[in-house]
Amino acid sequence: MNAAERVTRPALIDPAWLLVGPAVLFLLLLFVYPFLYGFALSFQPAEGDWFANYQKFFTDSRAWRTLITTFGLALPVTVINVGFALPIAFRLRRRTTYQRWITTLLVVPITLGTVLIADGMLTYFGPRGWLAQTLQLLHLYDGPIRLTHNYWGVLISLVISGFPFAFLLLLSYVTGIDPVLARAAATLGANRWNQFLHIYLPLLAPGLAITFCLVFVQAFSVFPSAVLVGAPSGSTRVISIAAYEAAFENYDYAMASTVAMIMGFAQLIVVAVVLALRRAFYRGPVSGGKG
Amino acid sequence: MPHDFKQLRLDRVSRRFANPSGAVHTAVDALSATIPRGEFVALLGPSGCGKSTVLNCIAGLLPLSDGAIWLDERRIDVLPPERRGFGMVFQNYALFPHMSVRANVGFGLRMRGTPAAEAARRVAKAFALVQLEGHEDKLPGQLSGGQQQRVAIARAIVIEPPLLLMDEPLSNLDAKLRLEMRGEIRRIHRELGRSTIYVTHDQDEAVSLADRIVVLQDGRVQQIATPQEVYAQPANIDVARFMGYRNVLDVKVEEARSTGVVVSGDGMWLTGVVKQTLAGARAYAAIRPEEITVGASGVNLIEGRIENVEYGGRDSLVDVRTASGLVLHARMPGKPAPGDTVQLTVPPERVLVYPHGSEP
Repeated sequence: MNAAERVTRPALIDPAWLLVGPAVLFLLLLFVYPFLYGFALSFQPAEGDWFANYQKFFTDSRAWRTLITTFGLALPVTVINVGFALPIAFRLRRRTTYQRWITTLLVVPITLGTVLIADGMLTYFGPRGWLAQTLQLLHLYDGPIRLTHNYWGVLISLVISGFPFAFLLLLSYVTGIDPVLARAAATLGANRWNQFLHIYLPLLAPGLAITFCLVFVQAFSVFPSAVLVGAPSGSTRVISIAAYEAAFENYDYAMASTVAMIMGFAQLIVVAVVLALRRAFYRGPVSGGKG
Repeated sequence: MPHDFKQLRLDRVSRRFANPSGAVHTAVDALSATIPRGEFVALLGPSGCGKSTVLNCIAGLLPLSDGAIWLDERRIDVLPPERRGFGMVFQNYALFPHMSVRANVGFGLRMRGTPAAEAARRVAKAFALVQLEGHEDKLPGQLSGGQQQRVAIARAIVIEPPLLLMDEPLSNLDAKLRLEMRGEIRRIHRELGRSTIYVTHDQDEAVSLADRIVVLQDGRVQQIATPQEVYAQPANIDVARFMGYRNVLDVKVEEARSTGVVVSGDGMWLTGVVKQTLAGARAYAAIRPEEITVGASGVNLIEGRIENVEYGGRDSLVDVRTASGLVLHARMPGKPAPGDTVQLTVPPERVLVYPHGSEP
């Protein structure tokens, strides 16, 4: 073996791979093992044959309705969050002092926990909260205001906590698009709307898909706000509440695992659909050429 | 959108920027120029001289701080870029990465609502003009730099703009391709018969392409003239330096005659011509290396020792040190040997004498 050969031959194992070791271990212990354990557990029902838990979930209306309730919350919340974050992020794509202030302001709720948001909402939106009192004081609206302990309470809470996340993600996608492209489009006769429609939107589509997925998954797993500002036994009885009840009220861990599996599967379907749609769009560099 | 026009007139166009510190920086200061139809104008100047700012102002991508732009009798500086309808070729091409080359070229027509059949015909014509047939269905990322450049040009000309604006379009290409595309751009300009405004910092490019050159420095027009004039008779010492007059001598004015001026400096007496009214006893004498010749003659004799030789094939760029220690740059045939003593001369009409400015 000569010297050159020795130099060019790659090492059998790249030592850099060792760096991912801790992460892999972490993933295996805290995600893969519990997942597989739960998956197996869901097929070991307290009574009946191996598929009994799934059968029970989909025949018990109190159980399967939670799936619809959760979708009914998570989908509108995701559409609202992404739908509002997109134009705001687009408007703030240029780096100015103004942009920095607004960004800071919009991002503050991300640092608040859901519990703190729920607490604030109860003070603000409650039947005797500031909003109701102000409206009554100004004689704008005298009727009862019910924005907590129902569907709307949870929706508002999820928008407050989920919007900054969607906004930050989209802002990074928008600012990554070379503004010269829009200027080129302008010289070719595209007005602002057409610049957005033909240049920004197609280049943003992959980012929109990812943002949609992440915001959706976050909203779908709602738990604290569904209990604190929702109606946990009624209109906001989401699927995570069903899982919680199975595990900690009925001590039926197998059933709880089943609910968790169904929840994961439902999220997976939405993510798969959105990512499949993303394939229809261009994915690649978002600058206009060399240099 | 009027596609035919007589002239574009820039009337005291100014553009100021506020620095982050709050100080106001004047990028373009009261630029006036008239560009008739069919003319190829180069905006030439060192980087930061404001030439790209002028182009962006004409395109409508930057608002003016002062002044006006007229297309014949119509004031256009108040219109947004999409209503001016000028074709623009950007330095980094700015091709839409998600659209096929065909869609890129057809974009301007699509925005104008041109009927599909006519659009297809015009796109095909544009492809033929830039000689890119066969690449229509590729994405811009699949093309080479030179091909992307052609797409950018095709995209700008397909809308048949009265004015084609080019912002250093060749600066990202290699030397050989740059020369090729230079010829192409000139050919396309001729075939379209419209006006082109071409921004560059490369005096060779400006001289070879343009009918007229606008030399800019620090946002101010230094000279507007034909390439021959800018090359041979720079209006001031800055333009001279920029146009390749590499020998700028700090001299004393000895005698002003009707035939010229006699100056002295570094132990040499030179006869030259005054290009700009002299003020005071000090002046600059500017000499182009190419115009220094070997051999003794009656006037403007320069003696020195060859120091550094940069061989260039046909001739060499030589540094010659005179007795006083001054280094002159000269072009000499062949490949002279360092250390040799040479006698050089320069015709009096090619020693251009300018007054002292703010800096040497």
